[in-house]
Amino acid sequence: MSASKRPNFLFQNLASKIASIPMILTATVIFVGCTLWTVAYSFTSSRLLPRWRWVGLDQYERLWNTDRWMISINNLLLYGTLMMIFSLALGFFLAALLDQKIRGENVFRTIFLYPYALSFVVTGLTWQWLLNPDFGIQKLVRDMGWTTFEFAPLTNNEWAIYGVLLAGLWQGSGLVMVLMLAGLRGIDQDVWKAARVDGIPNWKIYLYIVLPMMRPIFVTAVVLVATGIIKIFDLIVAQTDGGPGLSTEVPAKYVYDMMFSSQNLGQGFAASTTMLLVVLVIIIPWSFYEFAGRHNAK
Amino acid sequence: MESVSIKNLDLKFGSVEVLKNLNLDVHQGEFIVLLGSSGCGKSTLLNCIAGLLDVSDGQIFINGNNVTWQEPSRRGIGMVFQSYALYPQMSVAGNLSFGLRNAGVAKAEIRKKVARAAEILQIEALLNRKPSELSGGQRQRVAIGRALVRDVDVFLFDEPLSNLDAKLRTELRVEIKRLHQQLKNTMIYVTHDQIEAMTLADRIAIMREGKIMQLASPTEIYGKPVNKYVADFIGSPAMNFLAGRIENGAFHFGGGVISLDKYDFAEGMAGDREAWIGIRPEHVIVAEGLSKADLTVKVRADIVEPMGADTLLWCVMDGQSFRIRLDGQFVIKEGDMIDVGFSSNAVSLFDKFSEILL
Amino acid sequence: MQNEFTGPRGPKPRSIFRLSNLIVYGTILLLAIYYLAPLYVMLVTSMKSMAEVRLSNVFALPIKVTFDPWFKAWSSACTGLKCEGLMGGFLNSLFITVPSVIVSIAVASVNGYALANWPYRGANIFFTILIFGAFVPYQLMLYPIVIILRELGVFGDLAGLVIVHSIFGMPILTLIFRNYFSSLPAELFKAARIDGAGFWGIFFKVMIPMSSPILVVAIILQVTGIWNDFLFGIVYTRPEAYPMTVQLNNIVNSTYGEKEYNVNMAATIITGLVPLTIYFISGKLFVRGIAAGAVKG
Repeated sequence: MSASKRPNFLFQNLASKIASIPMILTATVIFVGCTLWTVAYSFTSSRLLPRWRWVGLDQYERLWNTDRWMISINNLLLYGTLMMIFSLALGFFLAALLDQKIRGENVFRTIFLYPYALSFVVTGLTWQWLLNPDFGIQKLVRDMGWTTFEFAPLTNNEWAIYGVLLAGLWQGSGLVMVLMLAGLRGIDQDVWKAARVDGIPNWKIYLYIVLPMMRPIFVTAVVLVATGIIKIFDLIVAQTDGGPGLSTEVPAKYVYDMMFSSQNLGQGFAASTTMLLVVLVIIIPWSFYEFAGRHNAK
Repeated sequence: MESVSIKNLDLKFGSVEVLKNLNLDVHQGEFIVLLGSSGCGKSTLLNCIAGLLDVSDGQIFINGNNVTWQEPSRRGIGMVFQSYALYPQMSVAGNLSFGLRNAGVAKAEIRKKVARAAEILQIEALLNRKPSELSGGQRQRVAIGRALVRDVDVFLFDEPLSNLDAKLRTELRVEIKRLHQQLKNTMIYVTHDQIEAMTLADRIAIMREGKIMQLASPTEIYGKPVNKYVADFIGSPAMNFLAGRIENGAFHFGGGVISLDKYDFAEGMAGDREAWIGIRPEHVIVAEGLSKADLTVKVRADIVEPMGADTLLWCVMDGQSFRIRLDGQFVIKEGDMIDVGFSSNAVSLFDKFSEILL
Repeated sequence: MQNEFTGPRGPKPRSIFRLSNLIVYGTILLLAIYYLAPLYVMLVTSMKSMAEVRLSNVFALPIKVTFDPWFKAWSSACTGLKCEGLMGGFLNSLFITVPSVIVSIAVASVNGYALANWPYRGANIFFTILIFGAFVPYQLMLYPIVIILRELGVFGDLAGLVIVHSIFGMPILTLIFRNYFSSLPAELFKAARIDGAGFWGIFFKVMIPMSSPILVVAIILQVTGIWNDFLFGIVYTRPEAYPMTVQLNNIVNSTYGEKEYNVNMAATIITGLVPLTIYFISGKLFVRGIAAGAVKG
C-alpha cells in the first residue's frame, strides 16, 4: 500500500503541451517577439536591410515631419470617425428593420451581408468603376437630363476619401447588422411583451430599453470596426492607390510602401509602431471594460 | 480490506476549499449514496474517486491500491453520468465496446462481453442503433452497460436518474437495486434526491460544505440525525423545529411543556440548556393515540393539502408555521380546530447553538 | 341575431399595405438597391462590348450580350507586359487556399481542444496573448516574418504562405474551437477518459466526429479569408505565384494600354466568385461563423 508518486507537473498533460507548441510559438515568437523586434528596430537607421544602428527617436521625428504621414493620419481619423458612426448606425438600423418580422428576412439579410464575403480588392475595383466620372453614376444622371450633375468623388482631392467610405460601408455594414440582429434576437421576448402591455411605442422601446441592453454588442462592434479601420489597406490600393495626389493615403499603406518599395525600413518600423500605439489606445480601455464586466458579473 | 478508502482528502480550486480533510471507507459490495444539496462537494468527491479531478492532498485507495495519481481508466472503476454521456456518433455496441477497444481486448472477447452486458440490461435489440434513436431510459441503460462490460470492481453513479421523468426514475431505481443484488459490486451513488438515497443505500453519507456530516444506514439517518441540518435535510415534508429550553427533564416552549422521560439522550447530553425540538410531521399524534401523548395542543387547521394517501395539514404552533401529516382518510377541513399531541420518544432535541443531537 | 358577446371576434384583420409596413418595406428596398447595385453594374458591364460600354450608362442592360470579356479576363488580360489572364492567379489561389485551410484548421482545432479539455499551467496566458495578438496590426509583424521565413528557407514559397495564413488564422480559429469544445458536455470527455482513451484518442474518436458544424464554419471562414487575402499575397509570394486578388489588382490598375472596363469587371466578378458561391451556399452557417468569431463566449 505504498503511496504512488505525484507526477512531475512538467509532464502533466504532456500531450496537451506538445499539441500546443504551434500556439505557444505563435503567441511568443510571432505576436510578442516580432512586435518587439519591430518596435526595437524603429529606433535604428535601417534602410534596405535591418541594421542595429541606434538613432533614438530620429525616425519618429522624421515621420511626424513627413507630409504624407500627416495626411495619412488625418485621412484615417476622418475615414475612421465617419466609418464608425455610419457603420454602427446603418448596421443597427438594418437590424432593427429586419427585426420587424418582415417577409423575406433571409433574402434581405443575404443581400445586406454578401459584400462582406468579397475581397477588399473586388470591393475597391467595383466602386472605382461605379464612381468613374465618364461611365459611372455621374454619367447616368447626366444622361437623364441633369447635365451639370457632379458626382465624381474619386477624382477630387477633397471628396476622394468619401468615395472610399462609400465602398467601406458597403462592405462592412452587413457585419455590424449581423451582430446587432443577433443582439436584438438575444433580448428576452418578455421585455417586448411587457412594454407592449404597458403601451410604450416601439421607437421608445428601442431607444430606452433595447439600446442600453445591447451595450456589450456595441462594444464588440466598435472593437471590430475599429481594428478594421486601422488595418485598411487593400481597399485603398485597389480603389484609389492613395490618390488623387495623397488624398486617400493611409498609415498601413505608408508602412507597406516604406518597407517594401522605398527601402526605408526604419520609417516603416516607426510608422507601424505608431499604429500599434493607436491600437493600444483602443484596446486597453476595452480590455479593462471586459475584465471589469466579468468581475461585476460574478 | 476496504473496496474504496479515502484518507484525509483535500481539494482546492484556487483558494476555495471544496473538500476538507475528508475520510470515507466503503466496504466490499456495499451500496453507498452520497447525498447533499448542490455545491456540497458530492459530485466533486465522485470525480476525485474516478480520477477526473486531481486532488490537492490526501490519498485514495481502491482494492488496497493507492490510485491517487492513477489514470481513470486504470483504477478499476466504471462511471455512469447524469447526461448519459453516450458517444453520439457510435452505435450502442460501439459505445459499449469503446473502453475494451481502447484497452486492446481481443475482438471475440469484446463481442462476448458486450453480449453479456446487453443481456443483463435487456438492450440486445438496440445494439445497432445510434444513441439519438433511443429513449432516455434506454440511453441510461446503455450508459450503465458501458460500465458493466469493463468488469470493474467499483461502479460510480453521478446523479444517473436526474434527467429522467418521475415514472421512469422509479423504474430504473428498482433496476439499479436489482443490478446491485445480482452483481454484488461496490457502488457509490451521488444524488440530491433523498428518496433515491433511502431506497438504494446500504449507508448514506450526508455531505455539506465539503464534509461528511453523517455516514449511517438510512434508518439511522432518519431516526437519529446527528444534527439539525441532517434532520432538516432528510424527511419530506421536512421536520418541524421549535425553539425552547430544557429544564429539569422537560422541554419548555411557547406551546407548553413536554416531559422528556422517554427521550433517549446521547451520553452526557442530558442537562439544562437552550435547545431546538424537532418533530417530524408524520410523528404528530392525532385522534386515538392522544392519551399517550406527553403534551396535547389545540390548533387551527389553516391549510389542508390532500395528497391521496396522506393529507398535509398546515397550522401555527408557537407562532411558527407547523406541518402535520395525517392519514388520507382523516376528515378535516380548513378552519377546524384539532387536538394534536407529541410523544417524547418520537422527537429529536438539538443544542440551540451547536445544533448537534442531544 | 346578436350574439351574447358583441364586438370584434376572430383573427384581427391585417393588411401588408398599412402605412407603417409601407415605410418599413420601402426603406428596406431602397437600402437593398445600395447593396445590390454594384453587383448588378459589374454583371451588365462585363457582358457588354467596349463600344457599348462607352455609349450606354452603367445601369443599362447589354443590347448585345457578349462573353468575350469573360474569356479575355480568364486567359489573356494583361498585367503590365504579360497577357495571361487570371487563370494562373486562380490556380495559385487554389494552391494557396487548400493547404492553408487544412493546416490552419488542423493546428487550431488541436489548440482549441487542448485549451478546452486539457488545460495546463500557463495555457491561458498563451491564449490571452494569442487573442490580443489578433488586434496587433499586421504591419508590425510583416518584416520580422520575412526574416523568419527566409531563415527557414521558405520565403516566397507556398509553404511560407501556408505558415503565415496558419499563424494569422490561429487566434480566431483557436477561439471558436475552444468555445465549441467547451460547449460539448464535459461528461462525454470524462466518460472517454474512463474508457481509457488518451489525448489523441479522444480528439479523433470522440471530439472530431462531433465537430462537423464547427468544422464547416471554420472552413467557410478560412476559405473566404484566405481567398480574399491581398497583403500576405504581395509580401510573401513571388510574382509568378501571386494569388488571384493581387493579379486582379494588377490587371485593373495596370497603366499600360487602353482600359478595358468590361474585361476588368469580368475579372473582378471571377475573383469574387469563389467566396460569393460559398456565401450563397452556406447562408446561415456563414452568418453563424461571423457571429461565433465576433461575439466571444
